[in-house]
Amino acid sequence: MAALTEEQSILKDQASSWVESQLPVQKFRDFRNSNSDGGFDPEAWSAIVEMGWTGILVPENYGGSDLGYLTFGLILEQLGRQLCASPLFASAYVGATAINLGGNEEQKQSWLPKIVDGSEILTLAVDEQSRHNRDQVQTTATATDQGYELNGAKTFVLEGMSATTFVVAAKTDAGDIALFLVPADSAGLSRQGMSTVDSRDYARLTLSGVEVGQGALLGAMQGSQLYGRVLDRASAGIAMEMLGVGCYAFEMTLDYLKTRKQFGKVIGSFQALGHRAAELYSSQEMARSCAEAGVTAIDQGADDEAAMSAISKAKTGEFLFDMSNQLIQIHGGIGMTDEFDAGLYLKRARVLETTYGNQAQHRDRYASLLGF
Amino acid sequence: MENASELDVFRRDVKAWVQNNFPSSLAGQDLAGLAGGESGARANDEVKTAMETWRQRLAEKGWGAPTWPVEYGGAGLSHPEANVIGEEIFQAGAYNPIPHMTGMGVTMVGPTLLEYGTDEQKAQHLKGIASGEIRWCLGLSEPNAGSDLASLSTKAEDKGDYFALNGQKIWTSGAHISQWCGALVRTDSNAGKRDGISFVMLPMQQEGVETRPIRLISGVSPFCETYFSDARAEKGDLLGNLNDGWSVVKRLLQHERQSQTGGQGVSMLDSEPLHVKAQRFVGTDEDGALVDKDLRQRLVRNYMDATAHRLTAERITAEAAGRVEVSAAASILKNSNTRVAQTKAELALEIMGSQGIGWSGDDFAEEELGIVREWLAGKAMSIYGGSYEVQNNIISKNVLGLPETTQKG
Repeated sequence: MAALTEEQSILKDQASSWVESQLPVQKFRDFRNSNSDGGFDPEAWSAIVEMGWTGILVPENYGGSDLGYLTFGLILEQLGRQLCASPLFASAYVGATAINLGGNEEQKQSWLPKIVDGSEILTLAVDEQSRHNRDQVQTTATATDQGYELNGAKTFVLEGMSATTFVVAAKTDAGDIALFLVPADSAGLSRQGMSTVDSRDYARLTLSGVEVGQGALLGAMQGSQLYGRVLDRASAGIAMEMLGVGCYAFEMTLDYLKTRKQFGKVIGSFQALGHRAAELYSSQEMARSCAEAGVTAIDQGADDEAAMSAISKAKTGEFLFDMSNQLIQIHGGIGMTDEFDAGLYLKRARVLETTYGNQAQHRDRYASLLGF
Repeated sequence: MENASELDVFRRDVKAWVQNNFPSSLAGQDLAGLAGGESGARANDEVKTAMETWRQRLAEKGWGAPTWPVEYGGAGLSHPEANVIGEEIFQAGAYNPIPHMTGMGVTMVGPTLLEYGTDEQKAQHLKGIASGEIRWCLGLSEPNAGSDLASLSTKAEDKGDYFALNGQKIWTSGAHISQWCGALVRTDSNAGKRDGISFVMLPMQQEGVETRPIRLISGVSPFCETYFSDARAEKGDLLGNLNDGWSVVKRLLQHERQSQTGGQGVSMLDSEPLHVKAQRFVGTDEDGALVDKDLRQRLVRNYMDATAHRLTAERITAEAAGRVEVSAAASILKNSNTRVAQTKAELALEIMGSQGIGWSGDDFAEEELGIVREWLAGKAMSIYGGSYEVQNNIISKNVLGLPETTQKG
């Protein structure tokens, strides 16, 4: 654990005990089995809003608590441990980041309080092809007399069916990639749910001749800067959720190593498995340091925020990839059954790996940032 | 713990002191090599004299072992203050030779003596270590007791007022140039494997001790075989209780791991960043990106692993809230430090191609030859101080609480 302030410790403990008691992974399983519409459990979402977690990144004068990215990350980590399904990350982390960094006063006043009270669910619409590539944006935003006309298609949009407003990455007439606020009920916008392994809410979007006003453009930063910054911060946030998913998978595995008996002894007494557990634990400790450093760099306004975000996503990715595979392997046959939770963690792990760029893509980014 | 501003004032004072006291004639010299004893013998007199002056000045301040009590030659400083001294000496392009000059003295023997030693023992031994005047080696491993250290067979026989030692030690670092040795010996053959062992200290300059340097794959001989034939260790030089040497050595090895968790060293590998070396040797496209994309990914992995290691070391220090504890985390950090360093050397060799396989001569730059030797020497990192696998045993047992995976004696 990073050295936390008292406020951070309290919030983290609150999140931890609430998640363990109110939202164990069984709740996610029930939700998955219910085949209900929408990507999350509305009751859990209301409770999250009530606890104020939606306001952690929002300044106080817009109704938030402005506690920062590490604090939000600690909550994401706790939610990740039990695979909690909610639009908290998409809306109150990524959406709020986009408005905070890119919005003018009017936009902040009209959006941030609604993110905090949960009446608006924002989400970033960026990917257009099966592999995340932040430079490949074909969707266009052409200037019109009243504002902009958006044309294009998006895929793998988080909380895509539940979102009320999309933050759409589109190419401007100047060739920059800018972010536009597009209400989900805009004429010319259609969405279609995708069925993914992790049973969460993802959608494809089609934008054909979608008209938005001048106020749709998040224009506080020059060129494509805002777009890049939002993606960097989103990656650092995902890393904290990945850390939570991985840490819980480790705990399940360690528990099994201590209780499962074969050949007359607990399997954790076999050196091959003891060493594997030691390697996974070391990898977990490295991942924790990197994930916490990623969000901390944002809070500190560090010069290397972008590089740290790449490190955080790549290193937690490395840990979670191995951990989720070993979770299944070490549990053996039981790990292969749908009734046991291991599969849910493996599936969530791979979706998170893909989200906003996999390990190799973040390494590639890191090399580019260092100039090689 | 000091608050930041007190530490800043301290830092300013240290910086000024180093500026005024580091002999200018030592700037740019291979100070680590000089302190190491081997190449020290080849240095010219002027450099040797300057080095001795520098050592004396540091010793007078108690900065050879800054956290030790003043009465034992230290400066009675906190760990954060000691870190400042290390950082400022490094920043100034200087080097603190004392830890290196004492062999295992400052890093391992001293901290263990502070904990287990009697007042008499502390008074006798610590000052010589803190001042850099007495070099210590450790007689731990034996030909048939490596990772399984507790199976050692060197015997110490009770002769009334002294012990007579008989047996063979191996991998004793710097035994041929050390004045004192801390040795792990069997004092009760009938007790259990770990229960009949004691830790004794003995002078190396005596008839019953013989050392033979071992030439390593890197061409140097930092380690020795050490033979005891009725070597004499005084009763008063028993450290800890009789037959309780295993506790002493466990603590000693924890201090060793702590000292091997990474830090500032002088290395040919650091003369330029690996990616710059790669751009020079491997080539780039028009954007400056390496043409070998596989190498590029592996370089980034190594960079990220190095960052992860550093961040983890910092995090563990922060969590310990200023108390620098010898903790189980040391095993994790020793292994990550080893992996980063060994991989880095392998990457450097790969990048240099045939310039990275030279042994000697004018075909190769000094830097290239240096890296090759460092690559070879670095293979020991995952073997000494408890091998990579032994560290994993420690993690699985002591940190994760899994059952013992090795045979208990």
